[in-house]
Amino acid sequence: MTDLDTFRAETRAWLEENCPPSMREPVHGEADINWGGRRADYANKPDQKLWMDRMAARGWTVPDWPKAYGGGGLSPAETKIVREEMARLNCRNPLNSFGISMLGPALLKYGSEAQKLEHLPRIARGEIRWCQGYSEPGAGSDLAGLQTSAEDKGDYYLVNGQKVWTSYADKADWIFCLVRTDKSVKQGGISFLLFDMETPGVSTRPILLISGNSPFCETFFDDVKVPKENLVHEVNKGWDVAKYLLGHEREMISGMGLGSSGGNPLIDGAIATIGLDAQGRLADPLLRGQIALFEVRARAFAAMSERFIDELKAGQAHPAQPSMMKYYGTELNKSRHELMMASGGSDALEWDSDASHHGAAARAWLRTKANSIEGGTSEIQLNIIAKRILELPGA
Amino acid sequence: MPLYLNDEQTMLRDTAKDFVAEHAPVGHMRALRDAGDATGFSRDLWKQFAEMGFTGILVPEADNGLGLGHVEAGVVLEEIGRNLSPSPFLSTAVAAVEALKASPLRERWFPGILSGDTVAALAIDEGAKHRASVTLKAERSGNGFRLTGAKQFVTHGHVADLIIVAARTAGGPDDADGITLFAVGKDAAKLTVTPERLADASLAAHLDFDGVEVDADAVIGEVDAGGDPLARLLRGARTGASAEMLGVGGGAMDLTVGYLKERKQFGVEIGRFQALQHRAAHLYSEMEVARAATLKAQQLLDAGDPGADAAASVAKAMTGLATTLSVQEGVQIHGGIGMTDEYDIGFYMKRARVLAEMFGDANFHADMLARSAGY
Repeated sequence: MTDLDTFRAETRAWLEENCPPSMREPVHGEADINWGGRRADYANKPDQKLWMDRMAARGWTVPDWPKAYGGGGLSPAETKIVREEMARLNCRNPLNSFGISMLGPALLKYGSEAQKLEHLPRIARGEIRWCQGYSEPGAGSDLAGLQTSAEDKGDYYLVNGQKVWTSYADKADWIFCLVRTDKSVKQGGISFLLFDMETPGVSTRPILLISGNSPFCETFFDDVKVPKENLVHEVNKGWDVAKYLLGHEREMISGMGLGSSGGNPLIDGAIATIGLDAQGRLADPLLRGQIALFEVRARAFAAMSERFIDELKAGQAHPAQPSMMKYYGTELNKSRHELMMASGGSDALEWDSDASHHGAAARAWLRTKANSIEGGTSEIQLNIIAKRILELPGA
Repeated sequence: MPLYLNDEQTMLRDTAKDFVAEHAPVGHMRALRDAGDATGFSRDLWKQFAEMGFTGILVPEADNGLGLGHVEAGVVLEEIGRNLSPSPFLSTAVAAVEALKASPLRERWFPGILSGDTVAALAIDEGAKHRASVTLKAERSGNGFRLTGAKQFVTHGHVADLIIVAARTAGGPDDADGITLFAVGKDAAKLTVTPERLADASLAAHLDFDGVEVDADAVIGEVDAGGDPLARLLRGARTGASAEMLGVGGGAMDLTVGYLKERKQFGVEIGRFQALQHRAAHLYSEMEVARAATLKAQQLLDAGDPGADAAASVAKAMTGLATTLSVQEGVQIHGGIGMTDEYDIGFYMKRARVLAEMFGDANFHADMLARSAGY
């Protein structure tokens, strides 16, 4: 056996021993997702905590981060094995976190040693939940037009302004935030700050969405004092950090194209509602054809995700490739949910009933419509692909 | 195994890229077509493929081949596709080799494939659309079999030295058991071969078997158990056709993106218009996803993974969809000159249509995947 074969066998054995059976069940809605943080309540979900803590103790909530920062210190090949073995057992993600998927990579690249040591281990252990202060009412697709200001007051920055579409700001402990430190230049006047959401002057207001849920907030800053040492990278160089982080955000969102782990809700749901004919085919032939062609793209995209991650780890991915992943994955996820609604018929329209799990299908369908807007719209991704990858004129 | 080419595979790709672009660019195919060439490809070029070692990529080292895999074969096929080079590589060096690999018949046929003297053709399809069913009848006769029935869409069938024939020896048309695979030599009596020129200027034959006698030792694998070697053949052929389509779709995309940067209207390059930028970017995305699906199928085939069949179907369907989009966008974005015979983009459209159809189109493979997923 090679070292990697041994590693795979050990990983498999450890997961079988340590992943609680309830953490191998499919995720049903938001309550089953563990985001960690100071305000997480595990009273009714002890297995979630147990599973996160066991994985964190091995550094496997972030298997490829260095051990010094709470990671597992694994190579790309080992990380891939952990991911494959977790998928094989249908293990849930032990910790969903913008700290892991977005801030962490940016801090690893741009953070000071003190910032890495302060923040990364807490992210890895699920102690601090982060939110992202990027979009503003006047700065959506044109993100660099942001106006939230940070005034240099000697030993601190004084932050004033407003963010919008801040995911889970009302539940987050800290924020990574783009602020304007120079009004005379656009991209070159932006800085990247970290601060505690309990700092005086920070307030949030959830936004009711078409899904009936409120995953996004408006976030207000009114004379918020942020210590100077919470500046990441250099002053007025925040756009570099922002873009790097956006690549990771797009990578994360593109994962939605993969659908859920364990089973195939689209196919299972269609069979349950519509039934099979005598030849064992879905009884609605036109819908069957649509689903079958969708599944071709979904399976091909799964291969694309594997390829993208492998290339990324080897430093071979085009820097703008996350835009392609984000574009394709989110459009695919929207198609999946349109087909799930078509399969579910009027059952899937119920909004409150117990049978519908409180309108889970309809609410999830509506939620996916934001996939191709958040983290840069599909049209912005296509602009980036056209300019950065295809090098078409007019950048 | 990471899902990208390793260093050796990248080197082979660079070699194949240079070689095919130099010896068989699109102009080579255009010249053959303009001359009304009756062979359908250049035998000299096929010999050169052999001298480069390409024809032995999938032949095991024990049989004097290179003993490489479908990733490597795909690297060559992609360049064949990109240059629209007429070549018996897919049917001979991939599909036939896959079918014969585990058979004693390899001793008879592999030397000619390695030397570039032998061309193989695949007699699988019986109707206008690729199907899983086989009805061409093979009855026992003396020491061998007598074949009766018809095949079509047999690329290189009129010049092939070796024709691999899927026949029915037992059971009904759709049964997986009862299929027998035969290696039929050229000049077989009572075999009528009628070549037809296709839209892309390639030649594919209708074959009429009117009681063609073959020896028992022409059977590939076991009698009634030809489903196995046929499945191996088709896995390789579908994955290989996917790789060739990646080249066709990628070549068409390169032409189109190049045109977007050159062509001026309203005083600017048309690539500045967002309506066209977005279409090009969407096309790029589809082609990238198709590339990943193809490499995945190639790697699973090389690993002998049980998921290779499904992966080959995903690859064939996805490259079919993406490449079809690529050539359609290609002609549209080229505008009027895209409709002219003088420009190459139309050749890409025609080749893509042929390859999309070959060994099952996107609908065929989506249907297969749906059946195996239980719906």
